[in-house]
Amino acid sequence: MKAEDVKVCVIRIEGTNCEDEMANAFNMVGANAEKVHLKQLIGQAPADMRRSLEEYDVLAFPGGFSAGDYVRAGSIFAARIKAGIGSDVKRFVESGKPVLGVCNGFQILVELGLLPAMEQTMSDEPQAALYNNDSGRFECRPTILRNDNRGKCIFTSKIPEKRTLMIPSAHGEGKLLSMDPDFVQKLEDNDQIVFRYVNPNGGEACYPWNPNGSPSDIAGICNPAGNVMGMMPHPERVMTRFTHPDWTRGYDTEEGDGRCVFESVMKYLEKF
Amino acid sequence: MAVLEIRIELKKGVADPEGKNTKKTLESLGFQGLGEVRAIKLFEMEIDLPADEAKKAGEEMCKKLLANPVIQNYKVTVR
Repeated sequence: MKAEDVKVCVIRIEGTNCEDEMANAFNMVGANAEKVHLKQLIGQAPADMRRSLEEYDVLAFPGGFSAGDYVRAGSIFAARIKAGIGSDVKRFVESGKPVLGVCNGFQILVELGLLPAMEQTMSDEPQAALYNNDSGRFECRPTILRNDNRGKCIFTSKIPEKRTLMIPSAHGEGKLLSMDPDFVQKLEDNDQIVFRYVNPNGGEACYPWNPNGSPSDIAGICNPAGNVMGMMPHPERVMTRFTHPDWTRGYDTEEGDGRCVFESVMKYLEKF
Repeated sequence: MAVLEIRIELKKGVADPEGKNTKKTLESLGFQGLGEVRAIKLFEMEIDLPADEAKKAGEEMCKKLLANPVIQNYKVTVR
């Protein structure tokens, strides 16, 4: 598949607020991204605005505060998806197409049961939670991520293993929890851990480099198949070197550190 | 017509920053002797179903939207 043929659905409802950056990020790597309201996908729009999920090759959940974060962050968006296009989304994932969730998008994927999804593509009930940061505050600053994936995740296929990236975080609820005491080990065994927070020396993060207290400094995970990925930090905000907080203070990169995530998706889609 | 009361609370051991923050603010307003403060969510809803079905519906609601079993417990009562 050629880059310009790749159609990306950046899905939005009221309260999402990173859809512009997300669509822009995909456009910058050559794809053709469209911001699509959920209503367009469930037939509640004029005929010429209606869309079907099948038309797209990538589904992206942007950050924000969907539906005002009422009930729990991401839960209302997830419930509406389940009710309206749940089986379409499941089919989309099972066909191997990439699904990305950033920040609130990650929370949505967890509430939707698409992550961690250890037993089935999409669980009926959430198997994990993204809960309030340990600090009890909204944490907003640059964080450093290390690619800890051993090769399963399609969103890091162009990022060398153990390479670190500076990517900003901005969230109040990013602590990944599960009822399973062996959760982290299982993620590790399945190669589902994608990014970990690290400190500037590349060592164990601890607060404030781990902004939320996630166990094992987990910042992003993927499903067992590797085509669904959720992460709390925002790669779409650092597509050029000029949006790095330290670009005038010697942070030397040719491109933005987030760009490789989107390039990885494009590389994966080349073979389709 | 039944009235459903659905109480969603955090499981023991799950941090409750809203409760903690509320306590801190109340103390700064001069309220003394406060122990643990917990933020609990209560939904009250009218539903046009007989009591037993209403309860079942309430439990489904918790599973499908209102509660995340990883961090929250729920209790459904019908009035």
